Amino acid sequence: MGTKNWPLWEIFVRSKNGLEHRHCGSLHAADSDMALENARDVYTRRNEGVSIWVVESKHITASNPENNGELFEPAQDKVYRHPTFYDLPDEVKHM
Amino acid sequence: MKNENLYNYLLGIADNSLILGQRMGELCGHGPSLETDIACTNISLDLFGQVRSYFQYAGKIVGDGRTEDDIAMLRKERDYKNVLLVEQPNTNFAFTIGRQFLFDVYHLIFLAELQKSNDLTLSAIANKCIKEVSYHVRFSSDWVKRLGDGTEESKAKMQEAIDALWTYTDELFHQTEADVAMVAKGIGVDVTKLKEDYYLRVGELLKEATLHVPESKWFQKGGKEGIHTEHLGYLLSDLQYMQRTYPNMEW
Amino acid sequence: MSEEQIKNLEEQFEARIARDEKIEPKDWMPEKYRKTHIRQMSQHAHSEIVGMLPEGNWITRAPSLRRKVALLAKVQDEAGHGLYLYSATETLGISRDEMYEQLHTGKAKYSSIFNYPTVTWADMGAIGWLVDGAAIINQVPLCNTSYGPYARAMIRVCKEESFHQRQGYEIMIKLANGTPEQKDMAQDALNRWWWPSLMMLGPTDDVSVHTAQSMKWKLKRKSNDDLRQQFIDQTVPQAELIGLTIPDPDLKWNEEKGSYDFGDIDWDEFWQVVKGHGPMNKERMKARVGAWERGEWVRDAAMAHAEKKQERKEK
Repeated sequence: MGTKNWPLWEIFVRSKNGLEHRHCGSLHAADSDMALENARDVYTRRNEGVSIWVVESKHITASNPENNGELFEPAQDKVYRHPTFYDLPDEVKHM
Repeated sequence: MKNENLYNYLLGIADNSLILGQRMGELCGHGPSLETDIACTNISLDLFGQVRSYFQYAGKIVGDGRTEDDIAMLRKERDYKNVLLVEQPNTNFAFTIGRQFLFDVYHLIFLAELQKSNDLTLSAIANKCIKEVSYHVRFSSDWVKRLGDGTEESKAKMQEAIDALWTYTDELFHQTEADVAMVAKGIGVDVTKLKEDYYLRVGELLKEATLHVPESKWFQKGGKEGIHTEHLGYLLSDLQYMQRTYPNMEW
Repeated sequence: MSEEQIKNLEEQFEARIARDEKIEPKDWMPEKYRKTHIRQMSQHAHSEIVGMLPEGNWITRAPSLRRKVALLAKVQDEAGHGLYLYSATETLGISRDEMYEQLHTGKAKYSSIFNYPTVTWADMGAIGWLVDGAAIINQVPLCNTSYGPYARAMIRVCKEESFHQRQGYEIMIKLANGTPEQKDMAQDALNRWWWPSLMMLGPTDDVSVHTAQSMKWKLKRKSNDDLRQQFIDQTVPQAELIGLTIPDPDLKWNEEKGSYDFGDIDWDEFWQVVKGHGPMNKERMKARVGAWERGEWVRDAAMAHAEKKQERKEK
């Protein structure tokens, strides 16, 4: 086995201008240039993209699902952030 | 034959892509990493796509019903006009990359000129191919740098490949009869004028890859006239196997 | 964690899956879930990679340029699919290199069908039509499996694979409608690939070991026998349509159950091939190990180069 293996990269592809980059998968590459080239060859061979971001997987900090209660549940009952919370007379059709 | 010079000229261009595409295709499933395997297959697919454009056009201008497959698979050894460089085998990955790089640099500057052809079909094909080939140059140059300026072992292997393949580079700039005729008509590219630029670009990249430019001034030639190295025969026996074994059938 | 706590977590975990919630990499999961997924997903990835070899074998000899580019693109897709699946498996805490190691040492399995040789061009047709056909039947339900990364990889795989089976069937149509020699070639390929394709859907339900657990985790949605029946019922009319004969004298439409009855499968052959005694097992492994070993200096060079570049940047 080789001394050092190619690190893992996360690949984000913008499918067309106007849309955001979306995570589409990962791959291995020795450096960022190679990661970009590999991403082009692996993830856009059916014309899926106009722009690619690559980031080495180890640089991603992810939230811990164990904290999901404190992180995300408090937002569940803040219904006043949504338009349906507010009453409108029926005559007003669009607002 | 109708349009004989143009026909031969097209074959001279397309055979390079055909034979190099075939060589790259051999590697599919056997590359040094999955990612590299996929990349090499993309190059092979680009090259075969180019071949089909050229051969379909060649079939049309001759107008005797011959198809792209007839042209690709039913000629005799001496009728293939590719340069010797592209038929060299995949000895190891350094040879694969070295062959690709030495051809890609030529291919790119050649296509840039071919875009100016006053044959509109040809210039349209060149226009499409040049984007693919720009990427090939990027891919193979990056790998020459990685292998040249990688480990000691890879440097030795990359240098060995460049040294061995160097002898086939000069042929890229030889003119055939069809070349001369097509240049005179404003259809073809005068390859003799590309030589200086080619060696400049190749030399710079090799330097960046911490490799030496080989000093040998003795060059092999013959491919453009149909006199090939022994490697081509084996390649053709694979390429032509089905068409020869089962003649006159559709697939 | 106490046993009680683990049991509690496991119950919650199973309840989430039962509610059709997806499990993501950082979520707590039972060790058995992780291990089972690593095994099945890596086996799936290995099958894609080894599966490149029997078809890759014919790239240089494809009979026309059109067939050549289609075959190249298909085999390339298999590399891509292996890559997606290895990446998805890596989210479970195993590296691709470890998985390769397991494959190369024979610890991990791959689909046995790739241990059969591709002897004629018609085998490209038969593989696309039958082997990819059987694979699709296996894979489509996995788009909805419980482990998020696996499900996402499968969605991508299924989308891309839609052309593979057509590619194969089109080759068969052309041969079946061609000269007598071509038709014989097609029939011969069907004869050789039919039974291994049926075996590909796995041992019969009475001897299959993992099914109950796999059903619960949505690693499997239908039993092997059901999948096999589905494959036969959809494939027989396709063979008839192009005038080829399924090589099974016992094959008969059963009006009552609304599906085909079929003959006995030679499970002895299946287990022998699984154990490494198929016609091509050794060659397949030799090709994979060879590619990996020949590539080592290349991969090392790329790393060394990347490190040098990084150092220069930092100076």
